[in-house]
Amino acid sequence: MADPMRIRAQAAGGNATVRVLMGHEMETGQRKDSAGKVIPAWYIQNVTAQLNGNNVMTAQWGPAVSKNPFLQFVVKGAKAGDKVTVSWVDNKGDKRTDEATVS
Amino acid sequence: MQTRRDVFFHSAKVATMLASLGMLPSLAQAQSGAYNSAAFEAKTMADLVKALGGSAPVQSKDVSVTGPDIAENGAVVPVGAASTLPGVKRLLILVEKNPSVMAAMFEISDAIESSVSTRVKMGQSSNVYAVAMMADGKMLFAQKEVKVTLGGCGG
Repeated sequence: MADPMRIRAQAAGGNATVRVLMGHEMETGQRKDSAGKVIPAWYIQNVTAQLNGNNVMTAQWGPAVSKNPFLQFVVKGAKAGDKVTVSWVDNKGDKRTDEATVS
Repeated sequence: MQTRRDVFFHSAKVATMLASLGMLPSLAQAQSGAYNSAAFEAKTMADLVKALGGSAPVQSKDVSVTGPDIAENGAVVPVGAASTLPGVKRLLILVEKNPSVMAAMFEISDAIESSVSTRVKMGQSSNVYAVAMMADGKMLFAQKEVKVTLGGCGG
């Protein structure tokens, strides 16, 4: 199981800024190890964000997203106490879901 | 004995079967939500536009891309894409000289502002694009040159 995500959601002026830090290798499949063998690609492909259980955003990522990915977006009309859920699925089928409360 | 003609018909049949299952990349992208590997494998902007089925991208003042002028570490380059227009369906972040052009694609709903940021890897100094795909398939973009002093690809 992958490391938990760090999610921070802050309400300001009727909207909430959500910042997510995920723990993932994001291996591109372009690099080689010391023996010259290609390290197989391993990266997050799908990301979903929900506010109180409703989908607000989905994203598809390629291997060009950095290791331990950072993501920021702004949810309209979210207020303190709302629940933000973020999940990801990588190309090996691993997944992780974490939740945070808007403050 | 199997003739070349037989082989041809056989492979055509297999291709149709694959197509009906949505296995061929050109058709698989039609289902939204599924991972669009054709788009992520596109090497140029033109290929990417074809894979996504949009119109030719036009530069626009209503789309903005944020990023550093000089990135010291190409493995972690903070990049943001935003648009002030209503009706943005997707925001894409592209790095021109990476092995695959597209780094990330965000499906924007009405519930969020059309502004996202993340961090991407860059192999070398290159133009970074933010592309907004509108509901009618129109594609608008903004570009910015980011100089990389240490590449993010390779070991």
